[in-house]
Amino acid sequence: MKATVTVMLKTGVLDPQGKAIAHALGTLGFDNVNDVRAGKVIELDLNETDPAKARAEAEDMARKLLANGVIESFRVEVA
Amino acid sequence: MKAGIVVFPGINRERDMAIALEQSSGEKPRMIWHKETDLSGLDLVVIPGGFSFGDYLRCGAMAARSPVMAAIHAHATRGGYILGVCNGFQILTEAGLLPGALLRNAALRFLSMDCQLTVERADTVFTKRYQKGQTFRSVMAHGDGNFFADDATLDRLEGEGLVAFRYAGENLNGSARAIAGVYSPNLRVLGLMPHPEDLVDPLMGGTDGKPLFDALAAA
Repeated sequence: MKATVTVMLKTGVLDPQGKAIAHALGTLGFDNVNDVRAGKVIELDLNETDPAKARAEAEDMARKLLANGVIESFRVEVA
Repeated sequence: MKAGIVVFPGINRERDMAIALEQSSGEKPRMIWHKETDLSGLDLVVIPGGFSFGDYLRCGAMAARSPVMAAIHAHATRGGYILGVCNGFQILTEAGLLPGALLRNAALRFLSMDCQLTVERADTVFTKRYQKGQTFRSVMAHGDGNFFADDATLDRLEGEGLVAFRYAGENLNGSARAIAGVYSPNLRVLGLMPHPEDLVDPLMGGTDGKPLFDALAAA
């Protein structure tokens, strides 16, 4: 089954990439943008049919490699 | 001391580091490919700069999970010396051997220029040829050198004297408390973003980085 890991910088960690995107959106005339945060989406195709096990495995992967707990948080969706 | 330089795919500063180490010690460092697991006989393990594994996922993330890293963890546990410069510093934080993380530079630009570093303490194996509070010239060349740690960690690093160097003058990459390099609690692991190995010979335009390698050679 498929697991999707979304990795975002933690609240409070400066996201210069998000800031630059927000700035560019402003340049394009999108005046309603208060803030932009940029992150990563990692799609995993797992050889696993049990959603709970797939989730647990993806979370383990996120903790050990996909996200850096010092600066990033993550969430896992299984489908 | 007997030194080795770890080489990951995408590392590109290993030869400069070898020149700096050899010039001070008179001994050629051992080059260690990232798939090797035997570091026996080495006193100092150096992780040089570059773009290991293309900086994929996060700078240093892949290298920090390479086969050689188990041996580097064991070397650290034994009390061995480790120096990580630039990507090497990023790898050491990703591996959990040093605290914090290196984020994208605050202004998003890759910074390739001289910088000035202040020596926070001169009683470590790395800095005993400098003076405490001394400022010296170094060279930065990085896109992700913005040192980050939470406030509690920063307070602890400062309280325990584990800040190695700070940027003097302008803090261009946005590092927390202008921190350019940090030590492990036993002061035997040092990571820093600027490149002391870039200034070890008058032909390079200066020798401001040489005291670090002279100190290591004499240890």
